[in-house]
Amino acid sequence: MNAVVTASGLNKRYKNTVALDHVNFRIESGRIVGLIGPNGAGKTTALKAILGLTDFQGELNVLGFDPRTQRDRLMEQVCFIADVAVLPRWLRVREAVDFVANVHPRFNRAKCEAFLARTKLTPDQRVKQMSKGMIVQLHLALVMAIDARLLVLDEPTLGLDILYRKQFYQSLLEDYFDENKTIIVTTHQVEEIEHILTDLMFIRDGKIVLDTDMEAVGERFAEVMVSADKAATARSMKPLDERQVFGKSIFLFDGADRATLESMGEVRRPTVSDLFVATMKGTYA
Amino acid sequence: MKTFYWLVKREFWEHRGGFLWAPIVTGVVFLVLNIMAIITAEVLGARHGIEIGGSNWQMMIAKANEGDLAQIGVGLDVAMLSSMGLISIVMGIVVLFYCLGALYDDRRDRSILFWKSLPISNTSTVLSKVVSATILAPVIAVVVAVIIGLVQLVIFALVLSMHHVNAWQLIMLSHPFRAIGTLVSNIPLYALWAIPSVGWLMFCSAWARNKPFLWAVAVPAVLGLLVSWFGIMGLFNLPTVWFWKNIVQRALLSVFPGSNIVYNDHALEASADLGDAHNPLSVLSPMHSYALLASPNLWLGVLAGAVLIAGAIWYRRVRDDS
Repeated sequence: MNAVVTASGLNKRYKNTVALDHVNFRIESGRIVGLIGPNGAGKTTALKAILGLTDFQGELNVLGFDPRTQRDRLMEQVCFIADVAVLPRWLRVREAVDFVANVHPRFNRAKCEAFLARTKLTPDQRVKQMSKGMIVQLHLALVMAIDARLLVLDEPTLGLDILYRKQFYQSLLEDYFDENKTIIVTTHQVEEIEHILTDLMFIRDGKIVLDTDMEAVGERFAEVMVSADKAATARSMKPLDERQVFGKSIFLFDGADRATLESMGEVRRPTVSDLFVATMKGTYA
Repeated sequence: MKTFYWLVKREFWEHRGGFLWAPIVTGVVFLVLNIMAIITAEVLGARHGIEIGGSNWQMMIAKANEGDLAQIGVGLDVAMLSSMGLISIVMGIVVLFYCLGALYDDRRDRSILFWKSLPISNTSTVLSKVVSATILAPVIAVVVAVIIGLVQLVIFALVLSMHHVNAWQLIMLSHPFRAIGTLVSNIPLYALWAIPSVGWLMFCSAWARNKPFLWAVAVPAVLGLLVSWFGIMGLFNLPTVWFWKNIVQRALLSVFPGSNIVYNDHALEASADLGDAHNPLSVLSPMHSYALLASPNLWLGVLAGAVLIAGAIWYRRVRDDS
């Protein structure tokens, strides 16, 4: 498989904080990667480094380009949606389509117009007259009509209602994503993207603390619901996390033996949000 | 090239109000004021029984010698171009604030992230803004001024024909094509003259984390005050005023069309040498205004502007506060 993004020793400091601390990772083509971390963990900095929007130390290769020096050519193959509020307020729908159609060599105007036809947007409407959800619809229509190899989404659905959020990811999956494309997404609404992710990366204090694909998550991590009498045994197996529900304890294990776990109680695959909470314990303490 | 055209078009979309509507509104206000003045004059004239024009005028024209007729023609030319004076001031203000906001506003509202998500180099982006300020804005202003000028000429002709003056004969005395040519010829010169200001303002716009206007004005002003207080210019055997005139003014006020004429002390004297001192338009005529091309001040300004624009491009790339 060919790598879309390869980072080694990626390092970035702001005045008195370390945003990225010698990070190494590799993202393959045709994946949907969730980059998940608490506020201030370095997610946005990592994305900005990939997009050539910030300086950094270390090696970073995006689609064969160095984002620091070859940004103009890189951006023909990369799209990004930063968050909902970044389309200029004066821009009209018609102007946005005209402009991107004429400056982007890989833009498909017919495709964009087909997406727009499914929305309530009108050609003369300005961004400042739109709701947040409509702005995202416009941005998504522009981005989905670009035949890019890498799509970067930084909190794309922040502040949207659930209808827009569902529609956003559904459109991406149905009309955009294929094996030649790669999507990197950061969000705090982990539950909503859990089922579409193929890979998972947790970032904490500028370090990648978990980098795995979703199938491996199910094999490696397990959640067991244990009744009170067996709780002490479970605790001795060094669980990642423990919580109480209806008088029973739920333990989260990393790489524990399946058979042993099953003898203690009902074994489930943990959700990404439970895994996240367990991994990030004590971040803000 | 196509990308560059669309980049300039984008600037026009965003600043339609300043680039297009501001000169139009100014021109229309100018016309309305003129019409009001004419009506006032007519009313006063009628009340006091003074007959303007009429047979007296006809006789005057008939008796006028060639020199007098030329004067009338020049008067009409000046009337035709007078709206440009007002439009120039408005355009200067528009360009000044356009340059200050050009590389700052999209950082503040974070829409820079959208523009930077497209395959456009920072150099093209900044240069498209420079071209918008130095070519697009003055071209629109001149077109508007010419249209307003022609309308004004027609209004004068109509008013005079109400007083039984042969309006056509009068209009033939004016030189609309020469007047238009004069205005158009000044656009390239304006572009060169304005570059140091445009460069400085855009540099501040790209560099400032906040309040670019304050930085753009305060830095040269404070430097000027320091230079004045400590008499630094004395070291170079130059008067203090040299700094204000060649640095502070050039950095801030060269975006105003015609500032080169005001600046050039010799301009007005030189126009006398051209033989048609009676025609104020000769100050603007290419024969005369292009003498500026020989002045080091212009080219040093262009050089300084180019360096500042290069700085603006660099800061456009590295500032990541969005």
